Amino acid sequence: MEAAVSKSRKFVIRDWLMSYIFLLPAFGFFLVFVAYPMLRGIYISFFDYSLRNFDFIGFDNYVSLFHNETFLKSMRNTILLVVIAVPIVIVFSIFVAVNIYKMKEFSRSFFRGVFYLPAVSSVVSITVVWGWIYHPNYGILNYLTGMLGFEPISWLGDTRTALLAIIAVLITTSVGQPIILYVASLGNIPTSYIEAAEIDRATPWQIFLKIVWPMLMPTNLYVIVITTINTFQCFALIQLLTSGGPVYSTSTVMYGVYEQAFLLGHFGLASAMGILLAIVIGIISTIQFKYFGSDVEY
Amino acid sequence: MTSNAHLQRQPTIIRQKSKSSLKREWTPMKVLSTLLLLISTLVFIFPFYWIVTGAFKIQTVATAIPPEWFPLKPTVSNWLELFKNPIWRWTLNSFIISVVEMIAVCLVSSTAGYVLAKKVFPGRKIIFTMFIAAMALPKQVILVPLFTMLADFGWVNTYHGLILPAIGWPFGVFLMKQFSQTIPGELIEAAKMDGCSEIRLFSTIILPLLKPALGALAIFTFIASWNDYFSQLIMVRSTSMMTLPLGVSMMTTQSEFMTNYGVLMAGAALASVPMIAIFLIFQKAFTQGITMGAVKG
Repeated sequence: MEAAVSKSRKFVIRDWLMSYIFLLPAFGFFLVFVAYPMLRGIYISFFDYSLRNFDFIGFDNYVSLFHNETFLKSMRNTILLVVIAVPIVIVFSIFVAVNIYKMKEFSRSFFRGVFYLPAVSSVVSITVVWGWIYHPNYGILNYLTGMLGFEPISWLGDTRTALLAIIAVLITTSVGQPIILYVASLGNIPTSYIEAAEIDRATPWQIFLKIVWPMLMPTNLYVIVITTINTFQCFALIQLLTSGGPVYSTSTVMYGVYEQAFLLGHFGLASAMGILLAIVIGIISTIQFKYFGSDVEY
Repeated sequence: MTSNAHLQRQPTIIRQKSKSSLKREWTPMKVLSTLLLLISTLVFIFPFYWIVTGAFKIQTVATAIPPEWFPLKPTVSNWLELFKNPIWRWTLNSFIISVVEMIAVCLVSSTAGYVLAKKVFPGRKIIFTMFIAAMALPKQVILVPLFTMLADFGWVNTYHGLILPAIGWPFGVFLMKQFSQTIPGELIEAAKMDGCSEIRLFSTIILPLLKPALGALAIFTFIASWNDYFSQLIMVRSTSMMTLPLGVSMMTTQSEFMTNYGVLMAGAALASVPMIAIFLIFQKAFTQGITMGAVKG
């Protein structure tokens, strides 16, 4: 059958043509609105491109970024955000998943729903309510810490706490999807493995380390990569809670791109920032793939 | 969490008594982790409780210390105040953008995903690799050039400026390709032997089979576009083109004296409720979609 079909040249070409027609809508939109802007982004990063100018300046944008203290601070904050938030998201998600995956369907969907809520509801709503919770005078957080005898803190107005306050909210919006993924992959682990280990008197901690954790590796890789990328892209939280302040202590590269391009009109410089960030994400993702991908066994 | 890990090394004597962990034992570790789970549940639910109750508090109550945990004298004044803004228009804008985007993404992703999974043609590998590479690349790189491009088209502050760029979504194509691979090839062959045209084959056989995946993709797209705050922020210029999240965020910066938390919470509730409702109704499809795109090595 296969051979007969492949013999008919006319049929094959018609099949190709049909495939291209089916592919065209998605691929066309992709080329115009994703692929082309990507290349154009690299191109305009070499220009002094603002509302008035469009002059080729080579690597000047990049050079000036490396001497720009605000940018370096934003890069440091961005990396801090990833280094702190991603491990917490992973550990917390696994903790929740391990605790809920054996539950009955109803309670399991209840908990999945609870932890997914902040991710699914509008980021603006989340941000607005946390802004109130963190408020130095009317915020409920200071009321609660005050009951424990602590002095009120301007959570978002203090350079020492602002980034941490943002990370806390970021974590609540990030754990939903990882929890769903971990619950699914825990369900895929054959119970016989665990029962066999229990007969051999393995402790729960040993079972986790020797059986569960290795089986979670493929999921870990995916979760780590998407959480890292999402953390790098975190924007609404910062724009609405602190606008990068106080004294740029919560400014990230993503926020910097917005500030340079859309508040100051420096499109070329903003593009260069975006590309530097892409390079950093690329490096980090590659390391993650190398490190976690090599452990993947089925 | 680390303290929990430490506690898991608890006495093995208890374990040895009954060998199956499927039995419920209230070991100290289990008590602690259940407690931790319940506390985090509270932390996650609290902001929503605060939004909903806050929406019915007058300003003096909302800013009272000690806080009023439950509005003793609920008021609808916040909602009346909220509706002095063009809330209906914003809600309508959000719905138009999200629904059109949802339908368009499902359509173009299903045809492309099917072809990438089931057809052999020159350039298939390169095209698929391009989609995958774009999925891993961050949005930041394209935001500025995309905006300047759309500005050149004169699309700033328009519906199509907000909708069209989001249609060629690599994740959608990827998801549909993953799912299309599970469709048995014999089915397609058999339909072709019966002289079924490609378009009929797709619409009467493939599309119905893709339904579960399409359902998940539809929810994903709807939520993603409703929450695409950055694009809305840079593309919208006039109050009448604002979306609901954007309108609510504007209220935080608008008031000259003090943020009116009651009104703000009413807006936040309105911006979140459609999403939460959709998620709760279609939780199953949604969960399937997430796992489909990722695990299943």
